[in-house]
Amino acid sequence: MEYVDVAVLLGALSAASYLSLVKRRRSHLLVLSLFSLLYFGFYRKGCICPVGSIQDVVLALGNQGYSVPVTVLAFFFLPLIFTLFFARGFCAAVCPLGAIQDVVVVKPVKVPHWLEQGLSIIPFVYLGLAVLLAATGSAFLICQFDPFVAFFRRSGSAGMLVLGIAFLLVGTFFGRPYCRVFCPYGAILRVLSFFSKWNVTLTPNDCLRCEICDVACPYGAIREPAEAEPSLSTRPARVRLALLILLIPLLIGGLGWLGSRLSVPLSKLHKVVSLAEQVALEDANPATPPTDASKAFRQTGRPVNALLADALRIRQQLVTGGWLFGGFVGLVMGIKLASLFVPKNRTVWEPDEAACLSCGRCFTYCPKELVRAKKVQRKNAIPLKPV
Amino acid sequence: MPETVPNNHRRQFFGAGIRGAFLFVLGAATSLFARYTQKEKMVWQIDPSKCVQCTNCATKCVLQPSAVKCVQAYPMCGYCKLCTGYFEPQPNRLNTAAENQLCPTGAIIRTALEYPYYEYTIEESLCIGCAKCVKGCTLFGNGSFFLQVRHDRCVNCNDCSIALACPGHAFKRVPASQPYLLKNREHQA
Repeated sequence: MEYVDVAVLLGALSAASYLSLVKRRRSHLLVLSLFSLLYFGFYRKGCICPVGSIQDVVLALGNQGYSVPVTVLAFFFLPLIFTLFFARGFCAAVCPLGAIQDVVVVKPVKVPHWLEQGLSIIPFVYLGLAVLLAATGSAFLICQFDPFVAFFRRSGSAGMLVLGIAFLLVGTFFGRPYCRVFCPYGAILRVLSFFSKWNVTLTPNDCLRCEICDVACPYGAIREPAEAEPSLSTRPARVRLALLILLIPLLIGGLGWLGSRLSVPLSKLHKVVSLAEQVALEDANPATPPTDASKAFRQTGRPVNALLADALRIRQQLVTGGWLFGGFVGLVMGIKLASLFVPKNRTVWEPDEAACLSCGRCFTYCPKELVRAKKVQRKNAIPLKPV
Repeated sequence: MPETVPNNHRRQFFGAGIRGAFLFVLGAATSLFARYTQKEKMVWQIDPSKCVQCTNCATKCVLQPSAVKCVQAYPMCGYCKLCTGYFEPQPNRLNTAAENQLCPTGAIIRTALEYPYYEYTIEESLCIGCAKCVKGCTLFGNGSFFLQVRHDRCVNCNDCSIALACPGHAFKRVPASQPYLLKNREHQA
């Protein structure tokens, strides 16, 4: 059964790549995304998904006792490899979480560029935090706050349902809120898609600068030609960029320190640490009412010192992990800041390599593309010949 | 524009280099993980020796009713007339009347065998996994009632929400080929 899932994933990824890059048809991509929504979402109940598989892979790396099944590994790596060559076709038409948000977009509003850029930091923070908590075995954050899995299972706690409904409601005017503002797998895909061999292109030849594509994109992924972007031709501009690059190590260090400070609150998410705290509290103050967990612990007859030692070891891991997490966030913020001042060399309106989700809504909006499609259609038409 | 040509070449070259580096990292990571992987799927299961009968299994599962159900280990059962897993602590009479039963859904069927022995069978379609009978049986009986995750029901969430709430840390992942952690007479010893 699991191998069938991997085969379907491989098939869907290939189809999404072909449809977004070669065939260039929104309608076909929509059909594929509906299929993925039904298969990976409602039929396979949304588990295991590549987004959540990040945690399994990380847990296996940090914990010798846990090993990932081959299928989970395939779910993690296949979309990454496809994205490195064919951009984010996975997001467009394979991911069930993306598909369910894609069908509720009704009236997308344009988000200002600065806000869009600022929000795009959050997925990296979320990714770092999820990796940190998974590596220490504290929690599977992504699964706990998966907004749509309750719909896929047609069952779930009230909190999960409310979260899912909220995301879908926001999604009617802010296209794909989970993908753009939270998805930690999307954060990895952004980076890979930026360096992807082939990206979705808009216009087949010279751009008319009509800006219709910008209107078509509900996800704010179309970028203007370079004239409007900052250039490095003046000295102050170059100095500013150099200063921003010098700022990166400072950000890494500063946020790394902040991250290490998080170890105490974060460690409370780990069951062993919270149990150890409870047990220590009861020992210090006998009036404290015992919890189920502390009663269960006392029944086992395990020495309290062993538990406290375990808890301290986990907290120490979180200190190290917190430095790495903070440093990672600092690095991402630094690169993001500096990248805002690097000229992009865009000569035409085109989709942003990182942010474009390959959904294909813009294809038929480009007048030049319509002309090209018409030409192809004419070429493939059965020629009329006099009998 | 002659100047843009070498620039584009340089960009393409850097792009290809970085892509190659990413591909190498992905390949290296995959082969690294190949060592830790196993062919088999892992599923969630309750270690009966760690279960503290807290009732979370009935309420915390994403499924309603829960994927956890009680099972009976017949070799361990004492076939008692007064079953502390079946009856309320102070039953009016030792019969099958609802007010005497511990099980909130009446999921335990009591059948008279040769006097004074009675057989207790779980009607799984009614069981909600609340562990009330498990508690009664473990406290005063042989502990033949215990909870297990039923894999015909469990959707195998990546992050089991009962495991998160389990005070005894009794949930663990087990290989799908051996999906149950059953109690037996050896276990008792």
